[in-house]
Amino acid sequence: MPSHDPGKQPSKPVLVLLLLACLTVLTLDARGGTHSPMEPLRTAVGDVVGPVETGTAVAVRPFRKVAGYLGSNDRLRKQVAILSAENSRLRSRVEAQPLDRNRLAELDGLTRTAQRTGYSLVAARVVAMGPSQSFSRTVTIDAGSSSGVRPNETVVNNDGLVGRVLRVTRTTATVLLVVDKDSVVGGRLGSNLELGFLHGRGTTGNDDQLDLDLMDSSVSPARGDVVVTWGSQGGAPYVAGIPVGKVVSVWSTPRQMAKHAVIQPFVDFTALDVVGVVVPRGTQGDRKLITAGGE
Amino acid sequence: MALVRGLGVLCILLVAVVLQVAVFGYLSVDGVVPDLALLVVVAAALSRGPEFAAVLGFAGGLLLDLAPPADHVAGRWALALVVVGYLAGRVRQDARDSTLAALVTVGACSFVGTSIYALTGLVLGDGALPASEMLRVIGISLLWDVLITPLVLPGLLIALRRLRPPQLVY
Repeated sequence: MPSHDPGKQPSKPVLVLLLLACLTVLTLDARGGTHSPMEPLRTAVGDVVGPVETGTAVAVRPFRKVAGYLGSNDRLRKQVAILSAENSRLRSRVEAQPLDRNRLAELDGLTRTAQRTGYSLVAARVVAMGPSQSFSRTVTIDAGSSSGVRPNETVVNNDGLVGRVLRVTRTTATVLLVVDKDSVVGGRLGSNLELGFLHGRGTTGNDDQLDLDLMDSSVSPARGDVVVTWGSQGGAPYVAGIPVGKVVSVWSTPRQMAKHAVIQPFVDFTALDVVGVVVPRGTQGDRKLITAGGE
Repeated sequence: MALVRGLGVLCILLVAVVLQVAVFGYLSVDGVVPDLALLVVVAAALSRGPEFAAVLGFAGGLLLDLAPPADHVAGRWALALVVVGYLAGRVRQDARDSTLAALVTVGACSFVGTSIYALTGLVLGDGALPASEMLRVIGISLLWDVLITPLVLPGLLIALRRLRPPQLVY
């Protein structure tokens, strides 16, 4: 032991005690699953830290905009390139319009089921993102049980499916993104209504993609096919007909019969801001519900 | 007075954790943000020794594990930061006096901390990614931590020194 701590014993007992405490917490939480004794603690900490996160996010938002102005030139140039590429692609697609119209009618029918089932949306903003060091893809939103949000509800945004609510505190909720490694979503191909399962990859960065395993091995998804959610019983955790992404590549191995497709989600998970939580119609809460009829 | 000091230290931890999830998300490289809680623990180790740093590491780690939007098994960051606090505390005599040594300490601690976190994930089967992906994340977070050390560590050292009980000054 170095002599710079005169009269102080080495801190072995404290260290051992702390390590044991860590292992206890780990065991309790890992064995407990959803009924883990850490769950009330999580809610309590969330009740305290959640509002702080919300406040910080609100305070920081203007500065983020300034940073956006400064860094926008490069991005705008890139955007021009992307848009002109998209423009020419769209022009060529106009030629194939009749085919697409069929596809659209089908997709529309699926999307309408979401409206028919009578769900409404609670609007919320993303206030915190889980760091990649944690190897899980979760975000905090600023709507909680006081706004009528409950666990296992679907979260969407303008572009499509974002994820599902894992747990709520009074003013915040934790959302598991569909790109997380643990996320599995039932998906349906828009063109032929075939079913499959969408798995997140959990990877970081801009290559946020999903893997689609189809149930029927004889079906081959086509590039550009749109995948929508297939929906769970009672709309929890996922309601039906929410667009998820489109097929960018298809592959299969000789060993397995089933085809696998790689899906590019419509949602940009690194730039999430305003999202909506799908709640049953008539949910009571402290903020106004957005309904399909606009009432 | 001890209570006020304890609350002060806890506030520093809370600020670090909140900044990490709510502010640095906008500056992230591939989603990886600087590990502010880890820097607080290393600063505590350099200014107050392994015992205090390990306790602080436990508190900070538990906060990281429980505060939203965390969803992993609780205790993983706590375990990582306890070890980090203890290790950093053991080398503090050398690291306190030179900037380079402090940077190396932070780098080593970042590597050890994130690796322990990743390994517990592998053992528990909780959100484990392919090893190459994990190594990439560990590498980026190491660079982030070393990069932000000169901006954050001096202030943290001063703050933690202020919050030190007077009878322990030597």
